[in-house]
Amino acid sequence: MPEPRIISFREALREAMVEEMERDPSIFLMGEEVGHYNGAYKVSEGMLARFGEARVIDTPIAETGFAGVGVGAAMVGLRPIIEFMTWNFSLTAIDQLINNAAKLRYMANGQFTLPIVFRGPGGAAHALAAQHSQALEALYAHVPGLKVVMPSTPADAKGLLKAAIRDDNPVCFIESEVMYALKGEVPAGEHVVPLGVAEVKRPGRDVTLVTWSKMVHTCLGAAEELARDGVEAEVLDLRTIRPLDAAAILASVQKTHRCVVVQEGWPFAGVAAEVVALVARDAFDDLDAPPERVTSLDVPMPYARNLEERVLPSPARVIATVRRLLGVEETVGAPVPPARVQRGR
Amino acid sequence: MDATLLLDLYRQMCLSRRFEEAAAKAYSQGKVSGFLHLYIGQEAVAVGAISAAEPTDYIVATYREHAHYLARTDDARGAMAELFGRATGCSGGRGGSMHLFDAAKRFFGGWAIVGGHVPIAAGVAFGSKYRGEQDVTLCFFGDGTANMGAFHEGLALAGLWKLPVVFICENNQYAMGTPLYRTLSVEDVAVRARGYPMEAEIVNGDDVLEMREATRHAISRARKDSLPFFLEAKTYRFRGHSVADPATYRTKEEVQKWMERDPIGILAERIRTLGIATEEQLRAVDDEAKAQVQDAVRFAEESPVPAPESVEDYVYA
Repeated sequence: MPEPRIISFREALREAMVEEMERDPSIFLMGEEVGHYNGAYKVSEGMLARFGEARVIDTPIAETGFAGVGVGAAMVGLRPIIEFMTWNFSLTAIDQLINNAAKLRYMANGQFTLPIVFRGPGGAAHALAAQHSQALEALYAHVPGLKVVMPSTPADAKGLLKAAIRDDNPVCFIESEVMYALKGEVPAGEHVVPLGVAEVKRPGRDVTLVTWSKMVHTCLGAAEELARDGVEAEVLDLRTIRPLDAAAILASVQKTHRCVVVQEGWPFAGVAAEVVALVARDAFDDLDAPPERVTSLDVPMPYARNLEERVLPSPARVIATVRRLLGVEETVGAPVPPARVQRGR
Repeated sequence: MDATLLLDLYRQMCLSRRFEEAAAKAYSQGKVSGFLHLYIGQEAVAVGAISAAEPTDYIVATYREHAHYLARTDDARGAMAELFGRATGCSGGRGGSMHLFDAAKRFFGGWAIVGGHVPIAAGVAFGSKYRGEQDVTLCFFGDGTANMGAFHEGLALAGLWKLPVVFICENNQYAMGTPLYRTLSVEDVAVRARGYPMEAEIVNGDDVLEMREATRHAISRARKDSLPFFLEAKTYRFRGHSVADPATYRTKEEVQKWMERDPIGILAERIRTLGIATEEQLRAVDDEAKAQVQDAVRFAEESPVPAPESVEDYVYA
């Protein structure tokens, strides 16, 4: 048995990359500031010294260019790890992900495999405003041909990144700036978490909270609070958005009979909507209440701290939603309405 | 002058021309669907350039790539069956005219978003350099690409990292229906390449031998010195942007002027002048190309459509 150690989320990601690169010379890391600067968020710290400039490659600010170089390199059998400083910047390269990486294998009738990982932090950090705070997983998960992975703990960060690097498909690996310093037990050496397998992070019998990435921690906080009132919430961490672990979601809902999906992204056409559709169709008879969503408000992210707090899902909103589903009276605070979808005029 | 080479270039250009004439006919009969972008008038560019490459060099092309595919593979059957949407097509009927692929022969597409494949070509060349292999990548695109961000980012990285890639701009003077002088702030696309930096050369794209020689030089620079090279081939497409485009934005006189310098005619004239072949012998070469195309059409018509239950295959590995 490998001995568990306590390391940070960013160290876990680095460990995954380092171990995989030691194992396979066809893997390289490419992106802005990954080398000499040691990573914009220090995820790749020390990797240049270890692997040299041939395999830890600083790029200019040219996401379309280096994402496309990654696709081309993967076409000839290399296994690129392309770092986006944040997923917000991936939007300038979205043609490479959606039109090229996601489509190549299908368009060419299976003549190519495309083992490439696009990774970097997504979602809100603190007061970074509208262009730097987006949870974009629904955008990429929408597209057949891409996989989308979003770890919530250091151990999963390592195990899932190793699985993503070994996967023969394009994988969007979305981390979180505010989780990089999070510490947890991480097995040394070979520790691989298969893609497409959700995990119950806290068992419960009364309601299932389906969630992923940093919202797992929001839900764990809510579950702790709910437990004081005798409500046992099960927190199911999807870990992989696509492929979606439908079996795990249904199994949990069949046990608890209630489902709340908690996501950082916007409500309209989001991942939560997909999970709700799944539950409504395949667990209809098991439900004691309509499946619900807790999401960010349907607005671009404002800068002011108080407004940002209002936009993001909080334990309080999760608790209020769960209580409403269970028909339990509010004990503290005013009721919070569910996120309203903006209608253009 | 190598007689065998000249006759083979002639054969390849005839094959491409006859292939596309047959494809246009099949399109009008409803046997080919979707977009069909014809290359007629530009054959000297693809045939000349690809004849200068080793079979192990990579080709990355656009949605107007029938000639490039044929020049690399000589596989008229696979290409025609692909246009017909058949299981025997080179992309199994999943790609169509715009997405021809042959991984084994290093024909890497077949890309249909303008400019998006330029960084990919740089990436293929990056792969060769990363592994210390000597292969060169040829990247074809049109003049309409020269204002796209992806074009500039691809060239910027190729220049920065000294990647062994030859960029070949096929300047047919129209970005779809808009003449270049209305969309490009410079007269020659080649000037844009020089700043990245890379050597750039303007070539008469209607002369297959000039195209071949220029590409040989470019490939040799890329292979020996690991440097990108940029070729701008001045040429003209005789047909519209796609078969759906009647090309009314051009005058008859303009089209006529260019058709008088048909690249196939230019090569035929040279072959006759050099006494390599007679008119009759050239006709026999053309007849051979026609027969190959007829065989390809027959093959496509007789081939099965893709199995319906295969529709979900190859989304993921």
